[in-house]
Amino acid sequence: MYRYVLKRFVLLIPVLLGVSFLVYFILDLAPGDAVDVLAPDDATQEDRERMREELGLNRPLIVRYLDYMSDLVRGDMGESYLSGQPVWDSFIEKAPNTLLLGFASLVVSVGLSLPLGIYSANRHGTWKDNLSMVLALLGLSMPNFWLGLLLMLLFSLRLGLLPSGGADGFASLILPAITIGTGMMATLTRTTRSSMLDVIRQDYLRTARAKGVSERVVIRKHALKNALIPIITIIGTQLGGILGGAVLTESVFSWPGVGRLIVDSLNSRDTPMVTGAIIMTTMFFSVVLLLVDLVYAFVDPRIKAQYATKKGGKSDDNKQKASA
Amino acid sequence: MTTSKKQAPDTAPVKKQRSQWAEVWHRLRKNKGAMVGLTIVVILIFIALFSGVFLDYETDVIGVNTAERLQPPSAQHIMGTDEYGRDIFCRILYGTKYSLSVGVVAVIIALLIGVTLGAVAGYAGGPTEEVIMRVTDIFSSVPNMLMALVVVAALGQSMFNLMLAIGITSVPQFVRITRAAVLTVKTQEYVEAARAIGLRSYRIIFSHILPNCLSPIIVQTTLRVASAIISASSLSFLGLGIPAPNPEWGAMLSAGRRFIRDYSYMTLFPGLAIMITVLSLNLVGDGLRDALDPRLKD
Repeated sequence: MYRYVLKRFVLLIPVLLGVSFLVYFILDLAPGDAVDVLAPDDATQEDRERMREELGLNRPLIVRYLDYMSDLVRGDMGESYLSGQPVWDSFIEKAPNTLLLGFASLVVSVGLSLPLGIYSANRHGTWKDNLSMVLALLGLSMPNFWLGLLLMLLFSLRLGLLPSGGADGFASLILPAITIGTGMMATLTRTTRSSMLDVIRQDYLRTARAKGVSERVVIRKHALKNALIPIITIIGTQLGGILGGAVLTESVFSWPGVGRLIVDSLNSRDTPMVTGAIIMTTMFFSVVLLLVDLVYAFVDPRIKAQYATKKGGKSDDNKQKASA
Repeated sequence: MTTSKKQAPDTAPVKKQRSQWAEVWHRLRKNKGAMVGLTIVVILIFIALFSGVFLDYETDVIGVNTAERLQPPSAQHIMGTDEYGRDIFCRILYGTKYSLSVGVVAVIIALLIGVTLGAVAGYAGGPTEEVIMRVTDIFSSVPNMLMALVVVAALGQSMFNLMLAIGITSVPQFVRITRAAVLTVKTQEYVEAARAIGLRSYRIIFSHILPNCLSPIIVQTTLRVASAIISASSLSFLGLGIPAPNPEWGAMLSAGRRFIRDYSYMTLFPGLAIMITVLSLNLVGDGLRDALDPRLKD
């Protein structure tokens, strides 16, 4: 198992390089470069060329990229055009806020969708089931930022219960977390329901009921445990949605996180900031995806056994097939 | 093409034979939600096609009328007017074409690239498949919204770049489902037969394999148009989509946001328009998924 975990982490390196190169490459297509921003207005064409040479901008893309990455590993992502501050510092300053918001949204969405999905599955085909599925579909169809604005309108502007923006204290976390969480909740509720429905028809549940196990234990121990695998997979894929949702929700609620940093920097054409923040976020995201994948392997004894008993190459082949 | 003809088994009861697609339509019609969704989608398409005929872009959509600015909903302006005195209802009607066309074109881009790559990966196997799938993995490791932001940032702000940005983010999904479908179909005997009579690979893929992989692709396409519309309005909301005077729903929301305290209808109606459109498409997509699922056949 440890070998497997280690191997997965080693295999992550090409993915991280690929992801960061992809982002670096696409952003490099943008017209204009650092010299256009940094050079004084009266700089001649020769001055500009000299500056490009000094900054190393005339080197091929791949060389610049490798240079960038080797600096990044040492915590240097250049300076913001706008503030002159190191990009790394700004990113590290905002990152905890986004992590906090992301975690809170995850709690909201899992906390709401698991019970709702299980409830629907148990009442399969009734109007209660239909109603919760319509609600889930509605949540899926609602633009995140719109929901945020509506919540803000109701709870902050009309009722005055919660702050409409900023990040001071628990109260200011509630609305943004609900906004992102509800968006995620829709898909998760649907998955929970269908996964539970698959399990509920199994013979071992009938056996459990027949031998007199209480309904609560049947659902919690026998059904939910087996239904968890697809649910965890969906949670993993939805984490990207949290990050995307954070970009919008942070803008709506003026939450000082990475999402808002990216949007603000994009609007002010602060390329080093955009590049740094997006590369760091996507690399972080890849690591999280791997962790979810590993959790998945730990939760399912079948998958775990597969890697615990078999040695070396064979198990890796299987895993690659499973993840492809 | 003979492959698309339904083969009736000898033991089948004497029952009115329907073609495969008539059968799907028959089952879809029994799904009330899907039919409601489909009706709304058809109406929206009509609005998108003909809003230019009964609304004049210069006067009704972007024409400034300071005398009537910020009016709440009334009989004359059923959704009120915005800060330039423009009728919000007219703007929303006119905006239908932006949202629908961005959604549809973005998904067509994703469909063309994704289905081709997925089919090649699934059919060819070996190192070709490995390369395509690893690159797909890398693309899907970037969260969709960030990917779209990056592309718009690099290429600049325009309607086509918006379509391209959203299209690119949808490609990995199409690669995956197409590859999975092709993998199950390619071992069928008729594919072997086609290969045995010496057909070229592209011919086998496009006329024998893909027609039999359509179900998951169709479902995915419908659902993706829905999420593409949300992405497009999100980018416009952030000021990175379709630029200002155009009545794009997300951009209208973004403009209305400044007036949310006193004129909340300015944010309410464009959001409602997005939600109804996306909901209808999702209903159709869900209905299609059920109608196309062979396990649910009676």
